[in-house]
Amino acid sequence: MTAAALAAPSPLALRLRDALAVTLLGGLLALPFIGLVTVEEGGALAVRTRWSAWAMTLAAIFFGRLALRAALDAWHTRRPARKRAAFSSTDAVLRRAAGTSLLAAALLLPVFFGDNRYVIDTATTLGIYVMLGWGLNVVVGLAGLLDLGYVAFYAVGAYTYALLSTQFGWSFWEALPAAGALAALFGILLGYPVLRLRGDYLAIVTLGFGEIIRVVLLNWTSFSGGPNGIGGIPRPSFFGLPFARSAEGQTFHEFFGLEFSPMHRLIFLYYLIVTLALLTHALVSRLRVLPTGRAWEALREDEIACKSLGINTTTVKLSAFATGAMLAGFAGVFFAARQGFISPESFTFAESATILAIVVLGGMGSQLGVVLAAAVLVVLPEVGRQFADYRMLVFGAAMVTIMAVRPMGLLARREPTVRLNPARSSAP
Amino acid sequence: MGYALQQLINGLTLGATYGLIAIGYTMVYGIIGMINFAHGEIYMIGAFLSVLTYVLCTALGLGPTPLVLLAMLFVSIAFTALYGWAVERIAYRPLRGAPRLAPLISAIGMSIFLQNYVQLTQGARIKSVPPLWQGSLSLWSADDFPVTIGWTQLTVVVVTLIVMTGFAWMITRTAFGRQQRACEQDPKMAALLGIDVDRTISLTFIIGAALAAVAGMMAVLQYGVIDFTIGFIAGIKAFTAAVLGGIGSIPGAMLGGLLIGLVEAFWSAYLSPEYKDVATFSILVLVLLFRPTGLLGKPDVEKV
Repeated sequence: MTAAALAAPSPLALRLRDALAVTLLGGLLALPFIGLVTVEEGGALAVRTRWSAWAMTLAAIFFGRLALRAALDAWHTRRPARKRAAFSSTDAVLRRAAGTSLLAAALLLPVFFGDNRYVIDTATTLGIYVMLGWGLNVVVGLAGLLDLGYVAFYAVGAYTYALLSTQFGWSFWEALPAAGALAALFGILLGYPVLRLRGDYLAIVTLGFGEIIRVVLLNWTSFSGGPNGIGGIPRPSFFGLPFARSAEGQTFHEFFGLEFSPMHRLIFLYYLIVTLALLTHALVSRLRVLPTGRAWEALREDEIACKSLGINTTTVKLSAFATGAMLAGFAGVFFAARQGFISPESFTFAESATILAIVVLGGMGSQLGVVLAAAVLVVLPEVGRQFADYRMLVFGAAMVTIMAVRPMGLLARREPTVRLNPARSSAP
Repeated sequence: MGYALQQLINGLTLGATYGLIAIGYTMVYGIIGMINFAHGEIYMIGAFLSVLTYVLCTALGLGPTPLVLLAMLFVSIAFTALYGWAVERIAYRPLRGAPRLAPLISAIGMSIFLQNYVQLTQGARIKSVPPLWQGSLSLWSADDFPVTIGWTQLTVVVVTLIVMTGFAWMITRTAFGRQQRACEQDPKMAALLGIDVDRTISLTFIIGAALAAVAGMMAVLQYGVIDFTIGFIAGIKAFTAAVLGGIGSIPGAMLGGLLIGLVEAFWSAYLSPEYKDVATFSILVLVLLFRPTGLLGKPDVEKV
């Protein structure tokens, strides 16, 4: 052993020093927000101290940093030994099996929980988020465009159905394509000026647009009902058969000779969103192998190479953006029909951020990852109130962490969907 | 006439705030070519720190004096700069050289995190402080509408002028300013010439955050009311200001900020205050459509 190695401080001392430095900085950062708090007392603000919370934060940072360093060092020393297969076939089989069993679970859920309103409701919400996640996945995951105002197109869809049905008596199935087309049109109008420019502009313009839609819906009272929203939105019917105890024509339970149950409508809504989501999935899977979808993935990887190959990048980006917007419009129609009441409160930035988190956490471009991430993000807040409060905080931190560790997301692989000569490229 | 003049004053003081935030966007964009999505939250953190310092000073028995103002400025700048540094260190530095989308997403994650961090630690309710100085200076009252400038507005203008002068001196005259401009032009060449690019980028974030802290303090002085969401809209508006002035151009950011402030003041006064955010956003889209380089910006040449 050389003298230099002997003189160097031990790994433990280095780690301790590193953890102390991080704790010092973290403690300074936390001092004015965790250590001190301004509270209202008798009409004026006063400062209160929370030294115990601050001390706990310090301890958490110190030990967290120590553990993180140890884990990272262990990972780095183990890393060369573990050679990752680029694309293993067992991986694909596993994915297929997981996808099939999830699909079976989704289809059979009402059979086992048909009388449990809470389960069906949560599953329907999950379905909406899965559909939104798959829609946004086209924009972010496949085309590599950052859309921070996705909820705006969701709002366009929801308000289109709400207005068409309450004002003009359109049915759910009539309004669905109209809302999708309108949302896509909004996407094109918004995307056209921006998509010619660099990607960052799209992010900030969509961020602004999401907020503007909300501001307009809040203030244009004669059009959208303002903060009061729109109520009394008709529920979808089963091919013309309404889900009601009694109606003018035949109702669903009369036609099938069943006992009336409010659960029929909920289960129908559940299957409706499952169908819509599966149609989305089928559409996206098809698009991925078509020239358009392949151009999206190529564009994500290298825009300049795409240009030099003669791909019109603006048109390709616009098609991805409009497809995503259309899918959000469909989801919006379903949302309005399910709730029966919509207001601008449902379309805040937090909602856009949630959908983005689902796509990022699940793995950009991975359909299965979106389902798993959506399940985590929808079900966790149901488990406990404290999860709901800290939900967005954790999402934000998770987005930063995942970008640093696995920029393509937890389940994604940066593999093209289609490759030339598959036989040759999969050979060893 | 008097009414319009009054709006001019209001718009310019408002624009001073946007301009200060916009400089942070434009400097970061100039040096790493990316929008710092967490910058609006940095401004919000600056405002919260100002309120905290103000309340602390009041509790210590200090009246509304210039000393309190200095304390607010100092504490707010120091801690906000630390936050700016941390944002770069956590959300940007590990991703140098990663695909373009990665730092954008990590920055937006940072923004979501900071907003919820402040909400959870300081509460969701608005914080209001009494104005530092009451009263106003009457400028002109020949017309039937008296034109006044509030003492706080005057403070805002004076502080902005001082900060901007110091900042301009730093960028044009000091060694750091030269390094900063060199890294903006060509980071690789700057590194070859012995400039620590990482350190320069860190300092750029720190300075941007310090200017945002000044803007946050001025928002507290002018309105006296803040909450954890103020960074979101202010961030979009300041970004619009940076794009309008020409992203990457520091004088452009200040000019864009003043113009956005004026548009907002006149739009609220003569058209509809509810849609003032829509007006700003329309400017952003129009500028991107017709003049993406902005008023003072250079064309963005993409090199392979």
